[in-house]
Amino acid sequence: MTALDDRGGLEAQFAEWRHYVQRRPELRTSDAEELEDHLRGSVEELTALGLRAEEAFLVAVKRMGGLDELSREFAREHSERLWKQLVLTGEADSPAADSRARRDLLALVVCAAGAAVSVKLPALFGMSLADDAGFYGRNIALFALPWLAAFLAWRRQVGPALIGVLVGLFALGAVAANVYPLAEDSQSVVLTAIHLTIALWFAVGLAYVADDLRSSRRHMDFIRFTGEWFVYLALMAAGGGVLTAFTFGTFRAIGIVPEDAIQQWLLPCGAAAAVVVAGWLVEAKQSVVENIAPVLARLFTPLFAATLLAFLITFGFNSSGIDVEREALILFDLLLVVVLGLLLYSISAREPLAPPGLFDRLQLALVAAALAIDVLVLVEIAGRISEYGTTPNKTAALGENVILLANLAWSAWLLLSFIRHRQPFSALERWQTSYLPVYAAWGWAVALLFPPLFGYA
Amino acid sequence: MKVTKDLVAASATPIVLGILAEGESYGYAILKRISELSGGELDWTEGLLYPLLHRLERLGHVESAWQAVAGERRRKYYRITDGGLAELAEQRRQWDTVVDALKKVWQDAGDLGTRTARPLEGLA
Repeated sequence: MTALDDRGGLEAQFAEWRHYVQRRPELRTSDAEELEDHLRGSVEELTALGLRAEEAFLVAVKRMGGLDELSREFAREHSERLWKQLVLTGEADSPAADSRARRDLLALVVCAAGAAVSVKLPALFGMSLADDAGFYGRNIALFALPWLAAFLAWRRQVGPALIGVLVGLFALGAVAANVYPLAEDSQSVVLTAIHLTIALWFAVGLAYVADDLRSSRRHMDFIRFTGEWFVYLALMAAGGGVLTAFTFGTFRAIGIVPEDAIQQWLLPCGAAAAVVVAGWLVEAKQSVVENIAPVLARLFTPLFAATLLAFLITFGFNSSGIDVEREALILFDLLLVVVLGLLLYSISAREPLAPPGLFDRLQLALVAAALAIDVLVLVEIAGRISEYGTTPNKTAALGENVILLANLAWSAWLLLSFIRHRQPFSALERWQTSYLPVYAAWGWAVALLFPPLFGYA
Repeated sequence: MKVTKDLVAASATPIVLGILAEGESYGYAILKRISELSGGELDWTEGLLYPLLHRLERLGHVESAWQAVAGERRRKYYRITDGGLAELAEQRRQWDTVVDALKKVWQDAGDLGTRTARPLEGLA
């Protein structure tokens, strides 16, 4: 072996060693470099004593001791490293990741500012939050979501065709929100606000899965994204509430009541910006922090299952009928949404190849209980509608109910087949991801078709 | 004879600060110096040295910088600070006290090698 070969082999060994060291969360890149320098010093000394490079390397590594022990010692001094920190900028380990994070942050600032400005833009045309609640309500999805979609599209470097589709969808949303002559207090204003938000959220989803439109894995990722985004938004809303309270309190203490500043500026602009910031947070911390939505789902699945079963049993003994006013129908819709959410986020975190377990049975019980309750509600409501006629609200609530019911019924069947080892778990996963377009289609249908269908009521 | 782990750990800070008081240095050289000073009796590991250096840096006793001295690799050099010198003086005062006390007690006891332990009396 020539000296040159020796050197190349040694470098390869160093590279491999570096690779091992860098996988340790306790050891930063600078630590790895420092330790490598130490190792090199050791190797140099040993080769000077007459050892071949390869032997010297082995001895030097052996002297340094096991990486486990070394990491443990480092962890004792740097315990904060075991708490994975979300690195905003400037501290990422590699320069490439660092500049990427910086560019992300810049794009985020632009998009969040854009969202905040969008909220105030109508004010230039004489609109105000206080007086034109109907306008703001119908357009609520159009202030922040385009900016979130833009941020995601920018990150995914979306091609021109898809950008065209996204622009088209948001333009269609703007049309749906603004062309119909809806009265300020008509039911359709609220319906449009809710359903356009659902429809456009899936436009955001399109931007999210832009790198692989058809992959069901990516669709599942979007479901995960949605859950985490929601959790982050809720956390930010809590923080925003504290900020608002202090703003109000401190200014009032010096004799100024900042009601307008808070209601006209802080809250709406903050909320719009938070929508984008939450999306950025999920993207940035994807691999850094444990997903929280699945944890919540696992925590609450047994509790919800117990509550629903208790409700069914009580209903069976009591049998005074369910009060299905509109509020109750919406309540049961939301119940199905929650059950679906629990199911979705448990699925999103489940190892697809794991055999069926107790938790899967618990889930089946939850879904079955929800289905049973919903059937009772549907029977009741069908009678009411045939008796008193329908309204946009009732129809929308009923439609949602049917969509969720169909999803959950088939999910229950797939869960049962899975528990009885007839179907792989991935069938359930695929069912959920392929059902996503149905929600989007329903959202568009309500926003676009309901106002003319019901005479702009 | 090897010095026990506890004793190595207890004396670690004053030894490192003392070595850095001689002039700035880097990890490998510090270990070499320790081995030289103790005739190889002090068993230091990298797992002891580097986290200790980082702790001393966090406490402000030393500061570090990546430097490339002519003709050599880029290395992380450590330098003692004023705070570190003060800490060294304080540690030295404490160690002097300990060493003095040990010396005295060993002098009073005479040559340990010729003595045997005596059982306690009057307790039975």
